Order: sequence, then structure tokens, then C-alpha cells
Amino acid sequence: MRVLALDTSTAAVQAALVDLDDDELFLTAFRREVDARGHVEKLAPFIEGCLADARRTVKDVDAVVSGVGPGPFTGLRVGMVTAAAFADGAGIPVYGVCSLDGIGGNTRGRALAATDARRKEIYWAVYEDGVREGEPQVCKPSELPETGADYAIGEGASKYADELPMDAEATPIFPDLVKLVELAAPRLLAGAPTEQLTPLYLRRPDAQPAAGNPSPTS
Amino acid sequence: MKNEPVVMGIETSCDETGVGIVRGHELLADAVASSVDEHARFGGVVPEVASRAHLEAMVPTVQRALDDAGLTLDDLDGIAVTAGPGLAGALMVGVGAAKAYSLATGVPLYGVNHLSAHIAVDTLENGPIPEPAIGLLVSGGHSSIMMVEDLAGKVTQLGASIDDAAGEAFDKVARLLGLPFPGGPYIDKAAKEGDRAFVRFPRGLTAAKDMERHRYDFSFSGLKTAVARWIEAQRAEGNNVPVNDVAAAFQEAVCDVLTQKAILAAKEHGVGTILLGGGVAANSRLRTLAVERAEDAGITLRYPRPKLCTDNGAMVAALGSHLVTAGIAPSVIDFPANSSMDVEIVSLANRL
Ligand SMILES: [Zn+2]
Repeated sequence: MRVLALDTSTAAVQAALVDLDDDELFLTAFRREVDARGHVEKLAPFIEGCLADARRTVKDVDAVVSGVGPGPFTGLRVGMVTAAAFADGAGIPVYGVCSLDGIGGNTRGRALAATDARRKEIYWAVYEDGVREGEPQVCKPSELPETGADYAIGEGASKYADELPMDAEATPIFPDLVKLVELAAPRLLAGAPTEQLTPLYLRRPDAQPAAGNPSPTS
Repeated sequence: MKNEPVVMGIETSCDETGVGIVRGHELLADAVASSVDEHARFGGVVPEVASRAHLEAMVPTVQRALDDAGLTLDDLDGIAVTAGPGLAGALMVGVGAAKAYSLATGVPLYGVNHLSAHIAVDTLENGPIPEPAIGLLVSGGHSSIMMVEDLAGKVTQLGASIDDAAGEAFDKVARLLGLPFPGGPYIDKAAKEGDRAFVRFPRGLTAAKDMERHRYDFSFSGLKTAVARWIEAQRAEGNNVPVNDVAAAFQEAVCDVLTQKAILAAKEHGVGTILLGGGVAANSRLRTLAVERAEDAGITLRYPRPKLCTDNGAMVAALGSHLVTAGIAPSVIDFPANSSMDVEIVSLANRL
């Protein structure tokens, strides 16, 4: 089956077409550009570009897989709404995968996968031989709890290498779309029902309830 | 009627996720999911709260609109979406969705201007708009006098608020008076029991020297301050604040200056039609005063029912339908969401 994979949880705008046959995965088209403000402009043309590169049309796509963060909200939402609307428009299912798993899922040993959460913080999770332990977290790199990780990887790791207690990969690594499809493969192959994508925000909106303001709902 | 275009409009510039569907000038569906209740406890629209709600509501609201219209995506001749102006993060959800629907279905896409859409919605109730026309758009986000020479191509702004939008002033004064958010409907209700002439609050930018530089512009922040000072002074003297009277006097000051300047713009430009739009156009005093003054000036006043005045997808669909009918080329798919979009860009069609 042919899968459209998207991720906009980082500064990279990413789209790919991935073929999935039993447990074999083939990347047939891929577009990426690092442009933290370019998601809404670039993502749709990237999907078009991937289809053109693979000489395919929308009708050839069987399912959509989308990273659901954690990630800076505005860009993340563009990818997720694109995935949900594309799937709805094409009449195919959509599945969500934690974006950090697209980085940590490819690691060996004990690794910290980290992306840039802005405001001098990172989104992170710990992986043991590519399997995540617990839920993703957000905090300042210097306030990371004891994780036992031997190294750190991801754009959050390379950006804050100096503040992290472990070695960090210097090249910024972004979520791997093929990995995201692989992680969704059981649902894809089983024809699982389509999902309502819910972002992993990990932070509450910045807003204080107005003091003493009567509300029609309260 | 078979040849009239069927267009879906998507609107996410503020706190309403709106999806409307029209056929020509006929409204087929107007689905709106509002996050206003979530904002009420903050006393104003919180952009991040709005954006989160848009993402959650987007696909279900499209489905609801299609169901209401008894159509499928295959029946559409166009998809229109608000590309700006508005809250950046909120706009991006609608623009992202519209692009994806267009890609997945092959239906042409039109990125349009929110303000022009507020004008176009009137066609759904009152038919084609005579051109030229003056648009008076008043809401929580905008207070503008627009000149509509060609709804499909030439819309310019004659004047706008230089500070708060009129709707913002309603929210702020409502808060001063202990009335809930959004302030507009509550002030309107309180004012019905109040005396409009109880106090005369200032009319911004109406003094002779302001009328030179800011002939068609508005200013509402001074008015809000004047109301605040007046309330403070009363309290300092131990007097009770008569909420209904203050609401009525405040509302009168806003409506007086809005209608005065819109009528003046129409007269001075030799325009015979004024269109009211935006959430504040639902205000009963604004309508009454506009009707009276337009009649005295021999100007035709048009306005749609209140539900169409507030932000919704139907208005975006109405403008999209107008653009399709006028043979305007669709937008290229890489257009941005533009939070401060120029009023003169009616359709994005390769103009950004
Ligand atoms: Zn509006």
C-alpha cells in the first residue's frame, strides 16, 4: 500500500510517499526544507511534488500517516490539519504517530531524542534500543532529570549540546518519515479505523483567566 | 440555476471555525463551531486557545456543512478560504485544511480576504451588490469603511480604526460595567433599558482638525478611557454606577460616529449604497441609527441577518462564488496565511 507521510513538528517541513508491502518499506518520494515559518506555504506543494516525482495521483494514495508532535504548535498544527483534511478529502484513513519516535525509533543503546521546543526548552523522550520509555516531556536542557542516556540526538540535542549532560549528535536529526510509517504499519496493514489526530502539546496555552470577570459559562 | 458554482468557504481568522456552502447566491449550509465559551473565562480571545479549537473542529465542521447541504466534496466547483487578515496561527489551520482538501479533490482553491468576504455575504440575502458601494465593517477585529468598486477585484479602504476595533471597545466597557464577554450583546441589552443622553461621551476623530487627517478613520480607545474615568469618578463620590445608562450612552457614542462617517463617505464619493457587516452590525442601535440616517440622506442601506454578520464560512463561500462566476483565476497553492493582509487584495490569485 502507498502511504503519504507528513511531519511538521520541527523546523523541517517534511512530506514523503512510502510504499508498504507486508513489512517492507520503500521511500518513493521525499521533500524536506528547514524553514520554521514556511509550513503553511510549503507543505501542500511538497505533497504535490512527491506525487509528481513518484508519477502518482491522489487516487494512488491508500492512507496518511502524520507526526503528532510534540512540537511548536503553529507549525505542528499545519501538518496535522493537512493530514486530516487530505485524508478526509481523499476518503482514506489517517493515523498519528509521536514525532519523537521518528528520531528515537532509529537509535541503538540508550538514547535521548530531543527536539527544539523554543523558549529555550526541549521536547524529549528516552529510548532503549529504539523503544520509547514513558511519555514525552518538555523542560530546559539544563533541568533534564537523570535519564541514564548515553547520548542525545535530534535538533534539540544539537542546538543545546553544551547544556546537556551527555554527548549530543552535532548534526540536527529530524523525524524520519519512513520510521513513522513503520510504527503505524500494524494499523495500516490491519486497515484500522481512521483517527482523530490529537497533538501532543505538553504545554497549556499562555493565558490567565481574567480576574473577577463574570463569565456566562461559569 | 444549474450553472451556478457550488463553493465551500472555510473561515478560521478568529475564534469561529466556519464552513459554509453556497450555490451562486443561495446559502446551502453554514456550519460554525465556536470556541467563544473557552475564551469567556479569559475575558478575550486567546489565540492559542482558538488555534487548538480550530484544529479539533476543522474536519468535523466540513463534514457537517456537507451533510447540511446534502452534498459531497465531488459536487464542489471551488474551495475558498480566509487567507487574512486575522490571527496568524488560527488562519494557518484553515489555509492548511483548504489546501489539503483542494489537493485531495482537485477542486480549485481561492485564498480570499476576510473583509471582502464580510461584504460578499450580503449577496446571499439581498442579491448582487450594486457597484460602487460603501461597506461599513465593524467587529471585534476591525472597524473599516471600504469602497467596493468591483467585489471581484477592486476593494479599497477609505478609513479604519487607528487604535481599538469597535468590538474591542464593547468588550472593554462591558468589563468595566461587570458585564460578560463578549460585550456586544450584553451592552446592547443593557442599553435598551438605559438613557442614551445620560452622559455625552466623546466622539473620536470628529473634531475639525481630525476631520482633515482622519476623515473616515475611527478611534475608540479614548472613548473607553473616558467611560473608565467617568465610572471611577462616580465611585469616588460614593455614587452607584447606572449600568444601563452608561451602556446606552457609550453605545450611542460608538454608533453615532460609525454611521456619521459612513454616510459622509457615501455622500462625498457619490455612492448610493451602504452595506453593514461584521459582528457589531448585529447591534440593534447601530442598525436603527444607520437606517434613519441613510433614509435622511437618500442612501440605500443593506445588511444581512445577524448570524451572517458575524464571522462564518458562508461569507467566504459567497466571495468565492462571486470570484468563480467572475472568471477569476484560482490561487496558486503556495500562498501564505497573511495576518495583516492588505484590504485591497480581494482574492490572493497570485497577488502575494
Ligand atoms: Zn470578521
